Amino acid sequence: MFFGQLVLRGRWHIVVFLAPAVLVYTAVMIVPLFNTLRLALFTEVDQQRIFVGVQNFRTLFGDPRWSESFWNALGNNFWFFFIHMLVQNPIGIFLAALLSHPRLRFAAFYRSAIFIPTILSFVIVGFAWKLVLSPIWGIAPSMLDAVGLKSLFAPWLGKEGSALTTLALISVWQFVGIPVMLIYAALLTIPDEILEAAETEGITGLSAFWKIKLPLILPSIGIISILTFVGNFNAFDLIYAAQGALAGPDFASDILGTFLYRTFFGFQLQLGDPHMGSAIATAMFAIILVGVCIYLFGIQTRIRRYQF
Amino acid sequence: MPGQMSRARRNPVTVAAMHGALIIYTLIALFPVFVILINSFKTRKAIFREPLALPNAETFSTIGYQTVFQQGDFILYLQNSLIVTVASLFFILLFGAMAAFALAEYRFRGNMLMGLYLALGIMIPIRIGTVAILEMMVATGLVNTLWALILVYTAQGLPLAVFILSEFMRQVSDDLKNAGRVDGLSEYTIFFRLVLPLVRPAMATVAVFNMIPIWNDLWFPLILAPAEETKTLTLGSQVFIGQFVTDWNAVLSALSMAILPVMVLYVIFSRQLIRGLTSGAVK
Repeated sequence: MFFGQLVLRGRWHIVVFLAPAVLVYTAVMIVPLFNTLRLALFTEVDQQRIFVGVQNFRTLFGDPRWSESFWNALGNNFWFFFIHMLVQNPIGIFLAALLSHPRLRFAAFYRSAIFIPTILSFVIVGFAWKLVLSPIWGIAPSMLDAVGLKSLFAPWLGKEGSALTTLALISVWQFVGIPVMLIYAALLTIPDEILEAAETEGITGLSAFWKIKLPLILPSIGIISILTFVGNFNAFDLIYAAQGALAGPDFASDILGTFLYRTFFGFQLQLGDPHMGSAIATAMFAIILVGVCIYLFGIQTRIRRYQF
Repeated sequence: MPGQMSRARRNPVTVAAMHGALIIYTLIALFPVFVILINSFKTRKAIFREPLALPNAETFSTIGYQTVFQQGDFILYLQNSLIVTVASLFFILLFGAMAAFALAEYRFRGNMLMGLYLALGIMIPIRIGTVAILEMMVATGLVNTLWALILVYTAQGLPLAVFILSEFMRQVSDDLKNAGRVDGLSEYTIFFRLVLPLVRPAMATVAVFNMIPIWNDLWFPLILAPAEETKTLTLGSQVFIGQFVTDWNAVLSALSMAILPVMVLYVIFSRQLIRGLTSGAVK
């Protein structure tokens, strides 16, 4: 086939160069991916794997015992993503705009410090915030007390209404470094002549930002959005570290990643079910694929890019 | 006048406001880490009485660290994490650079297709295939070995590595390679002796991009290698904290110990990382 042709023509070295990467990538990523999609069409009866077509999906979307958890996790996942887009991008743009200001002192220090949460593991981030927000330890309430807002404190992570939003904000806190860096890089590529030309037209400060810089960094914001989307729809670690596999309280912070983990791996008394797990993974795959396609064909091609 | 305007943008009030905003955000970014670190060196009483105070002669205690060292095998976890991360990076860079060189250097049928095939994995997370990966690892007996993790992370890192490295390899001058060919060097020698040294900066960028997600991953260690001998530092601290959740000294010390290695790596590689992120390598 592909490699055979190259060998026949005496171009062995191309095969040698390509083979290790292609083999590992195919065997550990592509084949399992398709196998997972295939497993979603099977089920296990008396330790025999039998083909059931789309039955698992009917159960997942139709059987109330499953569909309630699934729609809950999916809805939560969209809320998780929505909070990221709403909070992470504006903060990222704001900080990047400040950092990219010419002749700002200590810029390198701020940059490194703002990026520190991004390098920490979810386990550290999850537990650290759990401790800080804990009503037992009282750091958050006493800090709010210092500014006279103690009445605002609630055990946010423990309440059904606020747990998911709190976790999303913690995740934003952790990852804001990435949008900051990417937008900062985009801002640095804007040539000074353009900004100077705008200045002579009287466009400075904020209006220069809205009218000139923001349109020029739109492609970066697009990339950040799709990276966030893909990241959020296979997120798992933070919720697991902070709330456990049951994504409490009462599944209020359950997202697709934690739902997949519980389903296929099993948890406490619930036995693992690889076939239903595969069905959930397939649904996640479809969602991510739709998101990536919307970005590639709907957004990326419409954003105007400027070459300098 | 333009000169006046740009001076106006730099007036002291604006500059102070900018520093103010950045300092506030820096404090928000560092505060939880700072609180964890200072309290890990305090007695239990002091942790609760004055959580924001620095440890002093009266409140200083290393009881938490003693618990961590007696109860958890953190040296083993650290060693596992190091082996997994270093081995995965080695394979990602070696295999990735080889494939990138083939795609960038040679014209052959299917070159484009092969590039697209390898690039698929940039956007699709490998976690989607976890169910079948676990079955495969069970079938091959690799479950609860570090090899399972190394293979998965290598496969996960290859697509972006090939993509970034082939961009850079296209920029290596043809004259150099052709001079090598005239001198009778084999294609392998050209790759290892001439091309690889020239793309070292790009390799460093790829390494730094991959290092942090591999080191911090919880999903695959939890599913593929949860045994005591193969726990990584991330999983090890997760389990340890889960067991000692009411022992605040131990929890804070375990967190501090998990923070330490990443901070060391960050101090060493932060310039490389930030340069990589801002150089357009991920556009």
